[in-house]
Amino acid sequence: MTTAVVNQNLPTDWRDFLALTKPRVMSLVVFTGLCGLLAAPGHLHPTLAFTAVLCIALGAGAAGALNQWYESDIDSLMVRTENRPLPAGRMDRQSALHFGVGLSFLSVILLGMATNVVAAVLLAGSIFYYVIIYTVWLKRRTPLNIVIGGASGAFPPLIGWAAVTGDLSLLPLLMFGLIFLWTPPHSWALALFVKTDYARAGVPMMPVAAGEKSTRIQILVYTLLMAIIAVAPWALQLTAALYGSVAVIGTTGFAIVAAKVGLRTAKPDDTMAPEKALFGYSILYLFALFGAMALDRIML
Amino acid sequence: MNEDRKEFDRRRKQRALITAGLLLAMCGLFYFITIARLQGAS
Repeated sequence: MTTAVVNQNLPTDWRDFLALTKPRVMSLVVFTGLCGLLAAPGHLHPTLAFTAVLCIALGAGAAGALNQWYESDIDSLMVRTENRPLPAGRMDRQSALHFGVGLSFLSVILLGMATNVVAAVLLAGSIFYYVIIYTVWLKRRTPLNIVIGGASGAFPPLIGWAAVTGDLSLLPLLMFGLIFLWTPPHSWALALFVKTDYARAGVPMMPVAAGEKSTRIQILVYTLLMAIIAVAPWALQLTAALYGSVAVIGTTGFAIVAAKVGLRTAKPDDTMAPEKALFGYSILYLFALFGAMALDRIML
Repeated sequence: MNEDRKEFDRRRKQRALITAGLLLAMCGLFYFITIARLQGAS
């Protein structure tokens, strides 16, 4: 591990602990978890619902901290991540490990106490999947890291749903499938414009391992598969017209933006504007679809 | 050197306050979770 030497005499600033939890990623995780909770049939006491969402956030933060603890060596090689607390030398690795492990146990135990065992097991499973399956096992070994590892980000709606009902059904599984199939086009759009970063760090992201052309074709394939899952809740009458219209319009927009990425070849010194547009649009898209789904189910 | 000492003290105090605040919030949360679960059970 080639992280910078830490000034051991200076306690780490709280902002660096916060940065360790990847707050921006957490916002999407919390939102999809909340939507899973709102879309579920039944009622959960507001205090318990708040605790469930808090636990999803803490669990995501724990997974992010453990991810940064394990990846501090490759983070120091990439421009995008070199200023994180560990590679920048503002925190020692042991503090990050303790913080991540402590937060993991706290989030799982608290969720189990506030809701039920199914939700707690799912949260523990999502942390395990992100840290062990994705970060430790897949990320440095295979260009399919994002495809298989993407499942870890798809757990939150399942957890939110299970917190209310204590079990799972078709709709939360479709929510899982939507995030699972959304992750490759979203992540590969980013990987296309930070390709040199990943190559320098030796991470076999798809554009580095299989080349740009193959990645662009695969973005189109996964967008098509995602489109089927995106409209399925409406087609199967699990949601009503609000979700249906947002899903159809949003997915059509996604397909157009993805086609601009999938059908082109980048020139030398390319600004990669279509790839950046796809990355940005994909985030808005997921927020819109999950928001519409939650609203739709509340109004049903 | 004096500046380092000041920064050290500031961060140590900051960490103690944040830890105390989080512990207090956690106690409050456990209290409200217990009340909510008891209400749900009755």
